[in-house]
Amino acid sequence: MSAFVSFAAVVALVLLAILGVKGAGLTGLFGVAIPYAALAIFIVGFLARIVKWGRVPVPFRIPTTCGQQKSLPWIKQNKIENPSGTLGVLARMFLEVFFFRSLFRNLKGELREGPKIAYGSDKWLWMAGLAFHWTFLIILIRHLRFFIFNVPPAVGLVERLDSFLQIGAPLLYITDVVFLAAVLFLLIRRFYIPQVKYISLAADYFPLFLILGIGCSGVLMRYFLKVNVVGVKNLTMGLATFNPVVPQGLGTIFYVHLFLISVLFAYFPFSKLMHSGGVFLSPTRNLSNNSRIVRHINPWNYPVHVHTYEEYENDFREKMKAAGIPVEKE
Amino acid sequence: MAKEMKPNEIIQSINYTPPAKPWMELPVEIKPGMFCWGAKAKSLNILGLPNARDWNPSHEDWKLPENWKDTVLEGMADRLKKYRSFKLFMDICVRCGACADKCHFFLGSGDPKNMPVLRAELMRSVYRRYFTTPGKLLGKLGGARDLDINVLKEWWYYFFQCTECRRCSVFCPYGIDTAEITIMGREMLNLLGLNIEWIAGPASACYMKGNHLGLEPHTIKSNVEFMLDDIETVTGIKIDPPFNKKGADILFVTPSGDLFADPGTYTCMGYLMLFHELGLNYTWSTYASEGGNFGFFTSNETAKRLNYKIYAEAKRLGVKWILGGECGHMWRVLNQYMDTWNGPADFLEVPRSPITGTVFENAKGTKMVHIAEFTADLIRHGKLKLDPSRNDDLVVTYHDSCNTARGMGILEEPRYIIRNICNNFYEMPEDTIREKTFCCGSGSGLNAGEDMDLRMKGGLARANAVRYVQQRYGVNMLANICAIDRAALTTSMNYWCPGVGVTGVHEMVANALVMKGEKPRETNLRGEPLPAKGGEGNV
Repeated sequence: MSAFVSFAAVVALVLLAILGVKGAGLTGLFGVAIPYAALAIFIVGFLARIVKWGRVPVPFRIPTTCGQQKSLPWIKQNKIENPSGTLGVLARMFLEVFFFRSLFRNLKGELREGPKIAYGSDKWLWMAGLAFHWTFLIILIRHLRFFIFNVPPAVGLVERLDSFLQIGAPLLYITDVVFLAAVLFLLIRRFYIPQVKYISLAADYFPLFLILGIGCSGVLMRYFLKVNVVGVKNLTMGLATFNPVVPQGLGTIFYVHLFLISVLFAYFPFSKLMHSGGVFLSPTRNLSNNSRIVRHINPWNYPVHVHTYEEYENDFREKMKAAGIPVEKE
Repeated sequence: MAKEMKPNEIIQSINYTPPAKPWMELPVEIKPGMFCWGAKAKSLNILGLPNARDWNPSHEDWKLPENWKDTVLEGMADRLKKYRSFKLFMDICVRCGACADKCHFFLGSGDPKNMPVLRAELMRSVYRRYFTTPGKLLGKLGGARDLDINVLKEWWYYFFQCTECRRCSVFCPYGIDTAEITIMGREMLNLLGLNIEWIAGPASACYMKGNHLGLEPHTIKSNVEFMLDDIETVTGIKIDPPFNKKGADILFVTPSGDLFADPGTYTCMGYLMLFHELGLNYTWSTYASEGGNFGFFTSNETAKRLNYKIYAEAKRLGVKWILGGECGHMWRVLNQYMDTWNGPADFLEVPRSPITGTVFENAKGTKMVHIAEFTADLIRHGKLKLDPSRNDDLVVTYHDSCNTARGMGILEEPRYIIRNICNNFYEMPEDTIREKTFCCGSGSGLNAGEDMDLRMKGGLARANAVRYVQQRYGVNMLANICAIDRAALTTSMNYWCPGVGVTGVHEMVANALVMKGEKPRETNLRGEPLPAKGGEGNV
């Protein structure tokens, strides 16, 4: 149900763009106003969310330790999985953010005859996740050519590497294929794995369908419908230089692509996609395990009622004396 | 009381495929054998906790205050402002499902609401409904739902089916820790007096009497004296340990479970013998007679109130530093919470072993050393005379406690000790030890009698790995450094892999320890004959 609603919502968005541009001729709205608004929502929303999280205190030092602690000098500490200093934390965060270290540990538990529970390595989710995020990044970098007048050599290099297979014309980008395959994998596993299907919400399907729509419209544009690239660059450069122009004859598919991207940007700060910012703030990962060495301060630590030794001795003085346990007051 | 399930009944009941009905439409069913009795008025009153009354979770009426919903939502709002972990973990889960089969309760029950992600969604759904715009607007489609009495009961049922073991958080790409969510859930439930007696009882006893078991000072002493008699029978050595001694160098704090029941008492005898052999100037305390902290399973405030005694007593007695015994959650609390709550411990000195001179730099803030660190250091410096062959009847494997593994990282110290005190040591499979260790199934205050089905389901994953080494290497002893493990795993081993015993590491240390002036030992601390020396019995 939630998958269907999400799919229908993305279809509706596509139709909206087609109707708006082709039917009503609102190229200015879809080409300029909405992208600007979406970007503004994204930037303000993203920052607001980070600030909101950042203002909540971290009262306790609660890293999830995944290796040997710093202890006696002859016991080898795992400085990355159980960091006691900033450098270790940075290394841990680097591996987490760039290589999804924790997900790499993934196992699959199965109940087998015997009976026994057996565990097998399960790297599919890790691989697909990594492929999805990295290709998304590379595709974003490639798109810089639309927003910088003289294409930077680095971007050109990325493009050449990405198309080194030299297939077709225009040249096929490897990342396009991998990206679509990864999105499809992430989507299909939501239907195919019973537990994952059971926990999935519309908020899980919608971004996948949306991103799939962005990917498909982009691929259609580049390889099949061949839009007017010069015109597109005029529009995007206009956006980038705050001097918007709306060239004629860009093709509806371009506006569909742009509109879906705008929706993704505007949706981003209100969604689970904020995990991208949130992972940096995760207290189980970004803190060092040094709370026996340095006192961690809780800003809202407050005095509490306690049962003092004096009260305790008052309760048990005679019994303590009879048992030969020393007391403060005879 | 319903009939407890048999092992094959549990196995047959496991089905990892979730039901057809969406989870929000599945009302909670409070099943006998899967929950603990509700907290009694008496226990809550001692701690001054709200809505103290006697109640029965299996009854329809939980005797809640009229405005319970406001209380919960205000409590949630308050905690969202105080804990970044809580706020963040409500917001950033992508429901990738990596955590699903990492939970021992899911593996042993197949109940989809025991998947960590869904356990958290029980709360997230309410969070979305009252604290986020999309949730308010979209309702059920946005994964949001109203807080009603059924939801509250569902929270209670499932937040007391989580042992806060943090295994899921090891695998989560964002480090989302279900323990944090369970801790918050229990905090809110406690605002309505919805604790369980197995936690509230020990916590109130600890508050008044200094330990969870409610042992009064003279009883602590007499319990220890029983052990001293047994030690004398085995070794011929008479030990006279100090209690509440001012001017001792070291205060020793251990979970009270070690003072009370087998096999914890053997571990306790191990401490007594070790300290005697070293001639350590230390003291027990009857006031700070609890290392564990069942307040931690109630609320942050209760935990802090119970933890207060350790530093207060160290100050009163004028010791230099504190040594802590074998316990799991005790060490998570000491490592990650104590100094923040009740520090700074600036009246103590940086711990230094009087025997080896080693300065424990890793504890220079809290001034509290783990006994495994202390003993490993002694062995490393050759300060103990050990005869590992006395443990030759044991084929040992080692269980990392959740909290010491994932909330501290004390992994190698106990292994180093074990390798020096016994000759037959085999590890369980890699995916079930160290940071990936499985909970005993009864942690976080769930080791009661009435929830035995829950405990045995939760214990399956651990026991399953033990049985692997039992069948492969003939393992017959499960060593650990946790008092709850010693009690809980004994039950779970009898249930899932009969023939495997449970021991604290320091029980084995004491059996191997050659003491000055001891008589030739004929039995171990359990009174069982020692293995034949050098003969065929020597594996």
